[in-house]
Amino acid sequence: MIREEQQRMNPKRIKFGDYGLVITFIIICIFISIMTPRFLLPQNIRNIMIQISINALIATGMSFVILTGGIDIGVGSVAALAGIVVTAICKGFPEASIFFYIIIGLLVSLVVGLLCGGFNALVITKFNVHPFIATLGMLSIARGFAFVYTGSKPIFGLPDSFGWIGQGYIGPIPVLVLIMIIVLSLAHIFLNKTVLGRYVYAVGSNEEVAELNGINVAKIKFLVYILSGILSSLAGVCLASRLISGQPAAATGYELNAIAAVVMGGISMTGGKGKIWNTIMGLLTIGVINNGMSLMRVSSYWQTIVMGFIIVAAVCIDQYKVKKA
Amino acid sequence: MTDNVLVEIDNVSKSFPGVKALDSVSLNIFSGEVHVLIGENGAGKSTLIKILTGVYQKDSGKVRFKDKEVNFQTPRQAMQEGISVIHQELSLIPDLTVADNIFLGREKAKGQFLEKAFMQNKTKEILDSLELNIDPNIKVENLNTAQRQMVEIARSVSWGSSLVIMDEPTSSLSEKEVKSLFNIILKLKKENVGIVYISHRLKEIPEIGDRVTILRDGKIVKTLLEKESNEKKLISLMVGREIKDYYHFKKKDKKEEKVKVLEINNLTHEPYFRSLSFFLNQGEILGIAGLMGAGRTELLRAIFGVDLFHKGEIFLQNNKVKFNHPDKAIKNKIGFITEDRREQGLLLDKSVIENISLPVIKFKANRGFIDKNWEKQVSQQFKKKLQIKTPSIYSDVKNLSGGNQQKVIIARWLAAESDILLLDEPTRGIDVNAKAEIYALMNDFVNNGGSILMVSSELPEILGVAHRIIVMRKGELSGTLTREEATEEKVMHLAALK
Repeated sequence: MIREEQQRMNPKRIKFGDYGLVITFIIICIFISIMTPRFLLPQNIRNIMIQISINALIATGMSFVILTGGIDIGVGSVAALAGIVVTAICKGFPEASIFFYIIIGLLVSLVVGLLCGGFNALVITKFNVHPFIATLGMLSIARGFAFVYTGSKPIFGLPDSFGWIGQGYIGPIPVLVLIMIIVLSLAHIFLNKTVLGRYVYAVGSNEEVAELNGINVAKIKFLVYILSGILSSLAGVCLASRLISGQPAAATGYELNAIAAVVMGGISMTGGKGKIWNTIMGLLTIGVINNGMSLMRVSSYWQTIVMGFIIVAAVCIDQYKVKKA
Repeated sequence: MTDNVLVEIDNVSKSFPGVKALDSVSLNIFSGEVHVLIGENGAGKSTLIKILTGVYQKDSGKVRFKDKEVNFQTPRQAMQEGISVIHQELSLIPDLTVADNIFLGREKAKGQFLEKAFMQNKTKEILDSLELNIDPNIKVENLNTAQRQMVEIARSVSWGSSLVIMDEPTSSLSEKEVKSLFNIILKLKKENVGIVYISHRLKEIPEIGDRVTILRDGKIVKTLLEKESNEKKLISLMVGREIKDYYHFKKKDKKEEKVKVLEINNLTHEPYFRSLSFFLNQGEILGIAGLMGAGRTELLRAIFGVDLFHKGEIFLQNNKVKFNHPDKAIKNKIGFITEDRREQGLLLDKSVIENISLPVIKFKANRGFIDKNWEKQVSQQFKKKLQIKTPSIYSDVKNLSGGNQQKVIIARWLAAESDILLLDEPTRGIDVNAKAEIYALMNDFVNNGGSILMVSSELPEILGVAHRIIVMRKGELSGTLTREEATEEKVMHLAALK
């Protein structure tokens, strides 16, 4: 048996899974660029980056949660709630500077994220509720608050400077893209270099083993759900800034895009396996597919159908890998 | 034993890319015999079993079963023809009843409706025929390991199997439960069922085996009649050399002053154990003997802060402590090696290095950042010192053999600079060679000032390794024995009867 094991351990064997998505991504890019030459224009590539940036923030939080073996489907609603809160506050300060709006935006992200994520984690750890159900509750609760507060009417009348986060540029780089790069980099450092990041993997790999090795599993779960809440809220703030308004129906269905990016990138739904690199590849692939479909004038309803199939296919591949391992 | 050949394995070979797992193996198994297969991990036992049961297909050679050449493609096929396997990891569904499990996959039904009454009665019949006192309607989750194993055996009987393969059936049973397993095996023998029995416990062989076949490196070394075999001979045939001083026991210097490092006073955690008082000296291996369900694992869990306890006190170096989380125990230099390595010990899909550093990375961290140099250096050091066989410290532990996995866990607590180790069945499912290495490590550890509290259900192990033995029975302390006065009979007496 040891011999068979040594075969499996042979480090030289290249697994298709490691590069499969990169290859798929390149093939998709080649295909789309043949179909529509506009695809490779710098302007379009910048558009793609802006389009994926808000999803990237949510997907980063989702990656943490999924790495612990959980799921957070309330992210879209939390984003909408944060968007309402930030626009409601900033509307009261129409003469304020960009800097002020940024500070308010960050504070709102922290507070809304902490409350929503903390509530999720409390329900999950103290009452042993499955994360899917707990965050399904949050999906309804946060969205409900957004509608109740606004009376289901959008919040308009914000100054143009409020839109700097969502529409502005620093040099040639869109602010949103910059935020995405910072968040992804921090996430990479967190997962690879810090003790808490290591614990995230340990909890996802085997909770009982983690606990027996002195890891406070409940604490790690609080951490990931709060991080997911904060990043979703930040995404909501960015979206509100981009629209220069607070829309209670904003970010509907964003949980789908985030989960799709994470799973398609190859982070295992069973937890414990995957890197931020996977999420980035998932984001890029989905961004390119969506962009390509728009360029080819595929209706947005059809795009939703395609996205659904992509998620199911990605989970099937994940299950196949789990079974083989 | 009747001399009719049930299975004839003729020159069977099986290769995996680059490795010959079985090399022209020929072996006969008779009806009504218990044929023991022994060999180190990797000797080819599992491959042979998997070929017999249709999990793998052989490359060359022939297998004849009941005088018919067979070539099973799936385990189900083999089962239908009358070959069944009782696995190490039991394969029953806990949520279903005993009867449901026995009829799983071939339920008796009228149309779409199950004939529950029929299946229950039939199950009762089978259980009665094996003299098993188990209710067919009880859910399997309410049964203990031994009872579950009996249910598995009943299932294979219900399939009318004429060859039953048992893969380390006793590895999680207490001595008493082993006795009742052996009774059932004797019954099966009487009904002319052939039994292939894989075990690492050499002591059992004279009691149950008719013939013994030793495998090494994919080849058959020898097939012996039981009466020709003895433990020493078998070990040397298995490993190809003699192992001297298996338990590596070193007597303590009498003059050495005894320091109590751990003292337990009146510890109670209902319903598992109550009013336990004992102590552990520095440099000592204290064995805890007892039957399954005596509360030994729960005791270790309470000391380590996994479970809380109701009453009593724990003193560490004369300081009263109460750990509400394993974290606190680890901080106080206690390590815990659980009995279930795969479910409670290791992060299977993580690397050797991550498994070794797990409990202490936070103490070695720099402002929350992992000290990767320390991590790498300490893993390399213990990989070398413990001779962990792995291609690299970055390989996943799931690909290591049982013995090497256990060494990874030991390395973890050595890297954590533990003073006290709590060991729960430290050598379960590990081959002889690795066992000897682990005993050597344990002795090393106590000779360097460490102390060990070891739960073990293997009497020879506990008698061979421990300086002192305490015996638990149904959650209570039933006696303490010194190494000199302890015998298997005395320990069993304290554990079972009283």
